[in-house]
Amino acid sequence: MTTRIFGSGIKRREDPRLITGEARYTDDIKLPGVLHMAVVRSPYAHANIVGIDSSAAEAMEGVVAVFTGDDVDLAGIPTAWLIPDSDLKTPEHPALAKGKVRYVGDGVAIVLADDRYRAQDAADAVVVEYEELPAVIDPEEAAGEGAPLIHDDVEGNIAFRWVMGDRDASDAVFNSADVVVSERILQQRLLPTAMEPRSAMAQYNAATQELTLWCTSQNPHIHRFIISAVTGLNENKVRVIAPEVGGGFGSKIPCYPDEALVSWAAIKLGVPVKWTETRSENYLITIHGRDHVQHVEMAASNDGKLLGVRATVYAGMGGYLSTAAPGIPTILHGLLYVGPYTMDSVFCESIGVMTNGTPTDAYRGAGRPEATFLLERMVDNVARAIDMDPVELRRKNLIPAFEDGYEVATTLIYDSGDYPTAFEKALDMAGYSDFRQAQANALASGRYLGIGVTAYTEMCGLGPSQVAGAVGFQGGLWESATVRVTPTGKVQALIGASPHGQGSETTLAQIIAEELGFPVDDIEVVHGDTTETPMGWGTYGSRTTPVTGAALAHASRKLKDKARVLAAHLMEANVDDIEYADGSFSVRGSPDQAQSIQDVALMAHLAWNMPEGMDPGFEESQFYDPPNFVYPFGTHIAIVEVDAETGEVELQRYIAVDDCGPQINPEIVAGQIHGGVVQGAAQALCEGAIYSDDGQLLTGSMMDYCMPKADMFPNFELGETVTPSPHHPVGVKGVGETGTIASTPTVYNAVLDALAPLGVKQIDMPLTSAKVWGAIQAASANGGGN
Amino acid sequence: MQVSMTVNGVAQEADVDPRTLLVHFLREALDLTGTKIGCDTSQCGACTVHLNGKVLKSCTLLAVQADGCEVTTIEGLAEGGEHHPMQTAFWENHGLQCGYCTPGMIMASAAFVRDNPGASEAEIRHYLEGNICRCTGYHNIVKAVKQVADSAAGA
Amino acid sequence: MWPNTFDYARAGSVDEALALIGDEGKFLAGGHSLLPVMKLRLAAPEQLVDIGGIDSLRGISANGGLTIGATTTHAEIADSADVRAICSGLASACGQVGDQAVRNFGTIGGNIAHADPASDPPTVLVACGATINIQGAGGARSVGAEDFFVDLFETDLEDGELITSVSLPDCSDCQCAYVKFPHPASRYAIVGVAVCLKMDGGTCAQADVAVGGATVKAVKCGGAEAALAGSTLDDAAVGAAAEAVKADIADWLAGDIAYPESYRQQMAGVFLRRAIAAATTG
Repeated sequence: MTTRIFGSGIKRREDPRLITGEARYTDDIKLPGVLHMAVVRSPYAHANIVGIDSSAAEAMEGVVAVFTGDDVDLAGIPTAWLIPDSDLKTPEHPALAKGKVRYVGDGVAIVLADDRYRAQDAADAVVVEYEELPAVIDPEEAAGEGAPLIHDDVEGNIAFRWVMGDRDASDAVFNSADVVVSERILQQRLLPTAMEPRSAMAQYNAATQELTLWCTSQNPHIHRFIISAVTGLNENKVRVIAPEVGGGFGSKIPCYPDEALVSWAAIKLGVPVKWTETRSENYLITIHGRDHVQHVEMAASNDGKLLGVRATVYAGMGGYLSTAAPGIPTILHGLLYVGPYTMDSVFCESIGVMTNGTPTDAYRGAGRPEATFLLERMVDNVARAIDMDPVELRRKNLIPAFEDGYEVATTLIYDSGDYPTAFEKALDMAGYSDFRQAQANALASGRYLGIGVTAYTEMCGLGPSQVAGAVGFQGGLWESATVRVTPTGKVQALIGASPHGQGSETTLAQIIAEELGFPVDDIEVVHGDTTETPMGWGTYGSRTTPVTGAALAHASRKLKDKARVLAAHLMEANVDDIEYADGSFSVRGSPDQAQSIQDVALMAHLAWNMPEGMDPGFEESQFYDPPNFVYPFGTHIAIVEVDAETGEVELQRYIAVDDCGPQINPEIVAGQIHGGVVQGAAQALCEGAIYSDDGQLLTGSMMDYCMPKADMFPNFELGETVTPSPHHPVGVKGVGETGTIASTPTVYNAVLDALAPLGVKQIDMPLTSAKVWGAIQAASANGGGN
Repeated sequence: MQVSMTVNGVAQEADVDPRTLLVHFLREALDLTGTKIGCDTSQCGACTVHLNGKVLKSCTLLAVQADGCEVTTIEGLAEGGEHHPMQTAFWENHGLQCGYCTPGMIMASAAFVRDNPGASEAEIRHYLEGNICRCTGYHNIVKAVKQVADSAAGA
Repeated sequence: MWPNTFDYARAGSVDEALALIGDEGKFLAGGHSLLPVMKLRLAAPEQLVDIGGIDSLRGISANGGLTIGATTTHAEIADSADVRAICSGLASACGQVGDQAVRNFGTIGGNIAHADPASDPPTVLVACGATINIQGAGGARSVGAEDFFVDLFETDLEDGELITSVSLPDCSDCQCAYVKFPHPASRYAIVGVAVCLKMDGGTCAQADVAVGGATVKAVKCGGAEAALAGSTLDDAAVGAAAEAVKADIADWLAGDIAYPESYRQQMAGVFLRRAIAAATTG
């Protein structure tokens, strides 16, 4: 082998089926006799259901059945992250509303028909009488006095109240600090918008009592046990298949009512049932992300030492608590308040609030973008308050390089990091000092340039199961994998995780190829089917490469150990004399004598001549529970120009230096960063779900919800540093969310930097031209800049 | 209502409800599921096909309007068992991740480069306003299209 | 989403189309304005009469001015050498409708019958004094573009009437431009400004200005025109026009949650200046 496969940006093994249209996503799969399900959805954000008349719908051509909440005997959709010590309430979430609807889109009835057009016609013909109730969307308002009560058993609409840190100690730091800056930060609701809408199709075999559910899932094994729980079927009688899945970004983690309803209807009617959401439906019912109102403060000394950060966070949960929702604004948020800085005081009170919006849950980054944003925003505010260059302020406070463990005030132990090196590298790439001069020159000619610099670290590769248990996650966070080698020396790697665009079939094959020397083209990674694959907790939280990758590395090493012994036996040599290189075992000193990994695999299968005590076959499995999270880090820099006449922001340059340890496939890593950066930058610039006061989603389609487009971005300038994780077998860290986590504050701070001469200090995201222009006008009315 | 058209070189005839959108006709009646649906509002471009050689969002046309027309879908883009250069470029440049927008992206880009060999990066980015990708940040898509555009211009 | 049911018929001629159309029917050309609203079930016509196959409704003829058949696509107009020569602003506007796929099949007739206030071509048609040619059961009639667009999604078209073509005067000796500030989500106009300036040496002999996007319909802007006419398009005149245009559209403002009326009104002034600059610098 001349080029190491590990570290090589090889073409993706997934792509031939994707570029030809041959890949089969859930909605592409056809079953004879399938019925299509359409859901009658509430047009009100909050209302009592007075009556439902489905007679007209039932009489329509092609309609087989209409069912309401009273007909459906499914257990409630569970919440699976039960944060301890937070007085958590878990209101019932019926698959179809019973008596009351709590957000626009809440399911009221289902229609089964022989064609999806007819199913929708009939759904439109179901007459539901509602008694409309006052609605509330803003989480801080919903937690306030006099807000409409959304669930009778959730007093004050407060689902949980989670506290991190010592309030008195925080007060002491803030009371004695030279400088305290504060800001009310709005983390607006975002619509995840995986390009493939959600879809589910169920088939039930009454004779065997087996249910097969094809669905758009990031975690089919979690879907299996939730579907088992809500239908009452034994878990070993439920097979969940996530076929090709077109992106998730967190929105395909939860088990939704829809998957439960197609399963129930397929059992009830004895025929396959399929449901695919439209984009309009997706925007109403598939989880939203973010939705925080944050009151944030940061304390510092006059000479630029960051002393502490604290926040009160009102986190909108929507009408029901989605699968992992309580964990997002708490564990995945507050624990990141130190970021990459030597800051000793942290405090967070996070209040989960029921509202009449769509349920929220994990969306790319999940809690960590909201933390990184507030931290980076406040660092810029401190810099302004003490009149220090924001880069200099960050430089002064970065944690120095460490190789094996650094405990921070949030109690996390970061695994490894070299923040200053990545920081300086990014500044060099951007030409920071030259930029400040160019900015001044531009300003002199009436042009507004700005730069934003973010230093970040984040926790991902979720995570040790013990920690998961301690923080109330109702599952483990290990992964398992089997490396199975056929007699002819071809590899099937079976994994419990469920990638859906990350390129893991390629990345993971590269790990196996590196460990065992098989050509990467001889390795197939099998995922997404609970019957074919071993248990796993799914693909989210940037965990598949760190956790599944480690499981595969360990399973591969077990195979290599077995192969070494068998090769020694076959060559009648001492095991200690066996040398391994590039998939070949040879005897030290006699290079002519060699056994390839394929030879050994064949002989292990034939088992004609095995060492004593060795079992036949060539297959190993590994359950892998990571000892810690992994902590990728880096520095991102954005350069923008604001057109003060219109408020338009042009993102001119974007520099990202990320460290995710050794890169298995640099092209795939780059792709994750590119996509993440656009997703995060779009939060800063254009994305935001907007509701009317009565709870109607006003950004209900791509006509109003601004998806980022190709012409809004430059080519990205990427750099990397390589700091291996000390606890991972191949040193890698996750990289699926870093771009999203770092880019929102980077772009936001760049825009505010450009607007500083005009006196603009704060604008709620997204920074649309209208809002930027409005802020410029308001600042100008107040006397403008200084 | 009876409709006939040539799809990927094969004559097709079917009886359809007039309201059937072309994309559903392709996906359901002909099982050409490579053409995707990603929005309701003609924005995302996942359903892009060629109708008589021109790019079309197949969610915005009735199947009956395509009567007598020639349709090419992603399944019909490759010729003689060889990937179309745009397919190759997307693969080589990591121009896709989840793959859902990819058929539409490739169909749109293939027509664009055919009509605009040598297109600049800015022109490519502007043209792609009608095709939305959530995964790639567009960087590698633009790179792929540029590679084919340069090659088509003999650069 | 997908449309409700309807009856569908193809017409081979204008007479046949007029004979076929019923009380609750709509004409279907490219369908790129009508089908999106039908898919969202915001419109549910009981009958569609497809006029896409009527040859006489399609094509561009230069006859001093321009006559553009109703089912001519935006792409055909944008790419037409005749349109570029005789009314470059219209070519520009049609080249900015939607995206290439939409332009390939969306038609000028369908566009103006739909009368979306944020669409691009109507603004140029109003600025340049286009005439909309209409055929009904009772015969043919023509109406000026300014009178054709009545209000939000509302035109002078009566039930059962069909747009057959659009006529434009010869603007080849004018300096024309259409400049658009696109909504980042939909790419419709937050504001679109069309100017058509007839220059006599360094002096603007006549100015025609219309604004769309910011308004419920394309609005002809007499105040801005008056500020420009007779001037040398100096800073003072352009500045006065940019102020005047905001008053011209004050009664017709439209907006959405992200880009409210007040903002669009201000941007009309900014984009009028940019449109004049684009027209005069070619």
